[in-house]
Amino acid sequence: MRIIVSNSSNEPIYEQISKQIKGMILKGELKEGDLLPSIRGLAKELQISVITTKRAYDELEKEGFIQTVQGKGSYVAGQNKELMREKKLKIIEDKLIEVVRESKLLDLKYEEIEEMLKILFQEV
Amino acid sequence: MKYILEVNQLKKEFKDFKLDSISFKLEPGYIMGFIGPNGAGKSTTIKLIMNLLKKDGGEIKVFGKDHIKHEKEIKDRIGFVYDQNYYYEDLTINQMRNIVASFYSKWDDKQFNHYMSQFNLNPKSKIRTLSKGMKMKFSLAIALSHHADLIIMDEPTSGLDPVFRREILDILYDIIQDENKSIFFSTHITTDLEKIADYITFINDGKIVFSQSKDKILESYAIVKGGPELLDDSTRKKFLGLRETKFGFEGLTDDLDLFKRNFGDRVLIERASLEDIMVYSVRG
Repeated sequence: MRIIVSNSSNEPIYEQISKQIKGMILKGELKEGDLLPSIRGLAKELQISVITTKRAYDELEKEGFIQTVQGKGSYVAGQNKELMREKKLKIIEDKLIEVVRESKLLDLKYEEIEEMLKILFQEV
Repeated sequence: MKYILEVNQLKKEFKDFKLDSISFKLEPGYIMGFIGPNGAGKSTTIKLIMNLLKKDGGEIKVFGKDHIKHEKEIKDRIGFVYDQNYYYEDLTINQMRNIVASFYSKWDDKQFNHYMSQFNLNPKSKIRTLSKGMKMKFSLAIALSHHADLIIMDEPTSGLDPVFRREILDILYDIIQDENKSIFFSTHITTDLEKIADYITFINDGKIVFSQSKDKILESYAIVKGGPELLDDSTRKKFLGLRETKFGFEGLTDDLDLFKRNFGDRVLIERASLEDIMVYSVRG
């Protein structure tokens, strides 16, 4: 498991952590039932506060990615396949939004992007 | 017991300083940093908690109990690190250890020896021969060797090099792996706190400025920078602290939206560090 936290980023640390764990779950690197590090253990490893780690886990729990069993720890929750697909699509959508924004900054036209995408689809 | 440490309306008056009804509380399982400039009242507050000074008013509860009525029982469960050396200079570490150990019901020699070797301290050294850093290590070893539930430290990291300060942070993390234990420490080295602290209590001139979770604090403050032409008297008033030069200004705010609305892209907005918050709030 790999989590890297940047102290100089504008993104809050709890969000960096929850995003990275979410990513690992969506990519299947973390599977249903996998035990996550304890909140206090992770705080020590990453040298951040317990509250920050707790908040990251709370977010993940709220979104249904993990489950916490009192006294046992936090596990990766079983994911509804359909929901999972939807979440992955949302990630792609977010990335595309970024592409669209950057393109508009450069005054690229839709057709140019489409052309780029076409080539990349064949190459990658 | 909901709070491991509770300070309510605490008052203490000296000839030229007043601790003005301060209140804050700490839950078990967390670390609270106590910050403020020199002379703000940090050491006084800690001495009052430890009943080394007599309070003029208010209430202090440790482990849910009155700190004077249950003083003996409470102190048995507190690991205390002073900012000064309170040990007999002519004794060796071992001799001093024997005296201190007898005060604590849960003294743990094995633990103490472990810290002696981790901190590279020779038990046969006379205390007077120890450097400032070594004395601090010795105090820490004592504080951590009787299974205390609350660690209270007055400026434990001042005078220590960054390498050892990191080492201390690691030890503190080890302590709070147990979610019933808490740590309360004063410091003016805010970078240590920026990592480890769950809560920050900021005291200035005998008054509490805030006592809040660190994440909330860092989210609510920001530094705004811009050119001199943007400032007028009404804008100046909106800053909690402001530094102006010929080339521009830098100011602290807790109302970021206001500046975004009024100035948009014309100002640069950066995250405020605890040090920024402390310096700008004190200086104004």
